Amino acid sequence: MVEINASGTYYKELNQKVREAVEKGEKEIVLKNVNGQYYIGDGLRGSSTIVIEGVPGNDLAAFMDGPTLRIKSNAQDNISNTMNSGKVIVEGNAGDVLGYGMRGGKLHIRGDVGYRVGIHMKGNKKQTPTIVVGGTAGDFFGEYMAGGVLILLGLDSTGPLVGDYLGTGMHGGTIFVRGEVDKKLCGAEVGILDLDDDDQKVLKDALTDYCKDFGLKLEDIMKKGFKKLIPVSSRPYGNLYAY
Amino acid sequence: MNHNYQKDISGCGLTGLISRKRRRISGSEIVKSLCLMTDRGNGLGAGYAAYGIYPEFKDFYAFHIMYDEPSVKRSVEEYLKANYHIEKIEEIPTRAVKAIPISPMLVRYFVSPLKEKLSGDQQETDFVVNTVMKVNSEIDGAYIFSSGKNMGAFKGVGNPSEIAEFFRIDEYEGYIWTAHTRFPTNTPGWWGGAHPFTLLDWSIVHNGEISSYGINKRYLEMYGYKLTLLTDTEVAAYLLDLLIRRHGLSIPVACLALASPFWKNIDQRDAGEKEVLTALRQTYGSALLNGPFSILFGHSNGLVGINDRIKLRPLVAAVKDDVTYMASEESAIRAICPQPEKVWAPRAGEPVIVNLED
Repeated sequence: MVEINASGTYYKELNQKVREAVEKGEKEIVLKNVNGQYYIGDGLRGSSTIVIEGVPGNDLAAFMDGPTLRIKSNAQDNISNTMNSGKVIVEGNAGDVLGYGMRGGKLHIRGDVGYRVGIHMKGNKKQTPTIVVGGTAGDFFGEYMAGGVLILLGLDSTGPLVGDYLGTGMHGGTIFVRGEVDKKLCGAEVGILDLDDDDQKVLKDALTDYCKDFGLKLEDIMKKGFKKLIPVSSRPYGNLYAY
Repeated sequence: MNHNYQKDISGCGLTGLISRKRRRISGSEIVKSLCLMTDRGNGLGAGYAAYGIYPEFKDFYAFHIMYDEPSVKRSVEEYLKANYHIEKIEEIPTRAVKAIPISPMLVRYFVSPLKEKLSGDQQETDFVVNTVMKVNSEIDGAYIFSSGKNMGAFKGVGNPSEIAEFFRIDEYEGYIWTAHTRFPTNTPGWWGGAHPFTLLDWSIVHNGEISSYGINKRYLEMYGYKLTLLTDTEVAAYLLDLLIRRHGLSIPVACLALASPFWKNIDQRDAGEKEVLTALRQTYGSALLNGPFSILFGHSNGLVGINDRIKLRPLVAAVKDDVTYMASEESAIRAICPQPEKVWAPRAGEPVIVNLED
């Protein structure tokens, strides 16, 4: 285990130190006194675990490919942009535009998230990017979603579970919402359905891992029912540029 | 002056704080908060506004004026002497900063309008606004960039730390502070174009782009405002003056005019509320700010933070004891308040309104 004191360190220098530690093969790296440093974990490969104490700056874990980041407090905007594999765990709340174009790996947030979470998420036969939000979410949750799994739990929340424009423009992937979903908040192409057995399995697998990260009990979460949101239009623009 | 700078990609960062108990807080605090977000700007503009900094001159309008050359200063001072009692004239104190080799002349005046110059039932505040508009639009190379009482704006071309060092921000103490680091996108990075933008006691810092600028500008011109500072944020400062001071709207109602709900949301409200919101949108359609923004505005009684209606720019708020903080990034708040009692992200279009206690 190696500790790096980030207090007053400019992001460039901090990220250089992290990179060097990962290249040396350090399996656990603890960043102390982080506050606002951008780009932590960006483009990072390997299988190290990096624990972040303090609020990291924007653009955390962009293009990340392998490592695990655990943030012990709140986190800011633009986490896991186009992330390919690995995991980001946020113990507090996180900001806007999380998991933009995410193509693999996991993003687990214990608290609330802001606007535009999981937009343009995509998956393929081998990779299913997964975001689990423990609290509430703002507008444009899963907007233009093309693949992957987005789960919203609304645990111990007081405010509205989710904002407007839910899944607007969605054409792939699945959103699971714990509780009821107001059709008025959804894009026209979104269908609200009950879960089948396959869905239950996907959901339980994802939540088992989520519960492990935060010391929660799966059965407590499953006490309340879920709805599944999927695109119901069949590629409406599929032939637009096809001759 | 050559304003022909290259266009760059977007950013901007803002931060502000208010002590509800009017405890005067050193400028070094807000500087520390803003400097954490230096990289949100590109060195083409930074600035600070503070309230409660001139208690010994609190009954006078504090004009902060930038001059391109001494001859301009003479013409402005002649005009001021003919129309105002001038309590004090002094250079705005600055330090030599290596990164700022050239700056305009910076002078401040503590003034009050001569009673005999007010026509009929003209308000003092209207008289002052006319002076600001006249000087900024008619006297080439002179800009009144601050004109409120017991408050002041300090701004220029440079990084947050350089501008703070230059204007000796650490030597001021205020109960409200706002600050901004700029990344100019569509308009020149020049001294007058740095934030905050102010008029009377209104001061405004803004991250984003007001795409309704043209409509807002023409609307304001009908009421005698002159838009001279070559950047979009200027309209927001004058709209606050028009809506709140001249039209008498309350701050929450003015916020509903500037960032009014979408028609589809208005349609879902109760009949009474629907009627009010419809009337407001119809009356103030030309005052609606469109495009992405997060804005902080200070005034003599408080501080307000507001986002555009779909939250296209960040804004985080926090509270600790008698102080409320608002900034583009949570870390900028934690830089000066490591353990807030409460941290939250205000929802789109819902203002955070904090007033000073009496």
